[in-house]
Amino acid sequence: MSLNKSNNWSIALVMLLSIALCIGIGLSVGSSGLESLQNAWHDEVAWQIIWDIRLPRTLGALAAGALLGLAGALAQGLFRNPLADPYLLGSASGATLGVALALAFFGGNQLATEVLVRVGLTGAAFVGALLAVVLTLVLAKGVQHTMRLLLAGVIVGVVMGAMASLISLMRPDILQNMQGFLLGSTAFIGWSACIVMACFLIPCLCFAWFFGFAMDALSLGESTAVSLGVPLRAMRMVIVLLVALATGTAVAQTGLIAFVGLAAPHLVRSIASVKSGSLALLSALMGGLLLLLADILARSLIAPQELPVGVLTAVLGGGYLLWLMYRNQNQGALG
Amino acid sequence: MHKTLENFIAHLSGILCLSFAFWFSSTSYATETTKPPQRIVSLLPSLTETVCALGACNRLVGVDRYSNWPESIAHLPRMGGGIDPNIESIVALKPDLVLMAGSARGVERLRALGLTVLTLEPKNYADVQNALGVVAKVIGVSSKESDRVWRDMNAQVEEISKSMPQQVNAQRVYFEVSPVPFGASESSFIGETLQRLGAKNILPAAMGVFPQVSPEFVVRARPDIIMVGDSNLADMQARPGWMNLQAMRTGRVCTFKPNESDILVRPGPRMVEAARLMSKCLIDKSAPKVKPNP
Repeated sequence: MSLNKSNNWSIALVMLLSIALCIGIGLSVGSSGLESLQNAWHDEVAWQIIWDIRLPRTLGALAAGALLGLAGALAQGLFRNPLADPYLLGSASGATLGVALALAFFGGNQLATEVLVRVGLTGAAFVGALLAVVLTLVLAKGVQHTMRLLLAGVIVGVVMGAMASLISLMRPDILQNMQGFLLGSTAFIGWSACIVMACFLIPCLCFAWFFGFAMDALSLGESTAVSLGVPLRAMRMVIVLLVALATGTAVAQTGLIAFVGLAAPHLVRSIASVKSGSLALLSALMGGLLLLLADILARSLIAPQELPVGVLTAVLGGGYLLWLMYRNQNQGALG
Repeated sequence: MHKTLENFIAHLSGILCLSFAFWFSSTSYATETTKPPQRIVSLLPSLTETVCALGACNRLVGVDRYSNWPESIAHLPRMGGGIDPNIESIVALKPDLVLMAGSARGVERLRALGLTVLTLEPKNYADVQNALGVVAKVIGVSSKESDRVWRDMNAQVEEISKSMPQQVNAQRVYFEVSPVPFGASESSFIGETLQRLGAKNILPAAMGVFPQVSPEFVVRARPDIIMVGDSNLADMQARPGWMNLQAMRTGRVCTFKPNESDILVRPGPRMVEAARLMSKCLIDKSAPKVKPNP
């Protein structure tokens, strides 16, 4: 156990060092290349590129990835299923529907659009994600039955996704914006978005760490958890709320980013055997690192042009999952 | 206690009003700047063309990846498109004016970074005239010049429409913009051109500017002539029931090459060329009316 613990610390340290390195790289890549970094001290625009564009987007990618990684670890613990994903409770489709509604209702009016884009679009996505989770909870009649929760989440996801598609078909002028949201991007993250994500990330991490013991008990089976004195219902409710908050915050700021939440906990488990609390924290670090790497690749692969980061995470994450399945077929175990 | 609360509310509302006023003044672009913009980035092809028609092509320093006219902009760096404008490369160009569609992403981000962003998205003739006027005003071209450009365009379209033969009258046309399918209705600039050329659009203005149409609607409306980009034709032929459309069977379908499609779907100074393309199609494809024998 003590060996394990020191091992976890060293893994966390390695990840933190890699993150620091990636932030450094993140500051130096972009369409204007290293030049901006070199001139940052005497050129106002170069300074603006580093300080107002590259730094917030780098830190924003880190925060969004961490939120998704954390939500993924919690969702997988909650459903006791290694293929669970933070979007499973319907939050992604809820956010999409929120954005579609906001664009359709206010998109035509010039002044309203400006007000809306300043505060409303991210707000609509966040509220949509939370409402979808609430609807899932109502349909599943609470959190007692994880299977029912899972099914309700899938149904809410499909129905809300279809409604969002319907709205964007009725209003072709919002199609472009919707597509942008669905692709997911870290390119538009500013300081305010960074601060919002950090404000949600830190308490979510604390709660996840605090409830780690209960998740461990749950992993032994529901009856064992109850016999160990874990208030199952209350705990599940807290986890669902944490997943909803973390996912909603990330999705609202970056759009839909695939696979980070699914892959991060798997990667952590593949390099360390950890308890739930540490898994959540390490998954957050891993998620942050993953999205940060994807963001750097998105900026540098075809520079001076850019790829949407959601496309990259889908390709890389999908590839990783396929490899995982292939390896597990050979080993006969999952995760 | 009440006094302090009142004071607090008064202060708060004062601050709110002030910040709102500040926000409002910062969003309306500064027209009072003395020097007209010298470094312009355009992120919409029709706006790129508008700037060039006003004779300010040499002030463009960056364009979106779809802008391809006139040829003199071919060497300019590309800044992504409407979905993925590249914020960093736009800022790096130090533009003093960014022109883009209001529905594009990143408008607010660019404004937050301190750039002057003007959003325009013309959809009909009146919008195009307005865009010409607004762009001219903002880039410091006299309104006389923008009026002249507009009058020229209008006069040429008028001339083309006067030269249309009788047989074109009231031919019912379906103009497909993209293969979902979306069509151009009477209220779009494309529809307005068709109307001026004497043709009848099967998509009424009430359906919206570029409505999505069901394949059945078009079959039922029995268009005499179909206009479509050549890349969409195969998709069109595969739609159930469409091969039996009169227009398809008798070959009264005009297909346009990609560069021609660009001209047709851009609401800007090349609408004259678009009108010429459409008039050629209408004349070629409209069957001469057979006079009943007395």
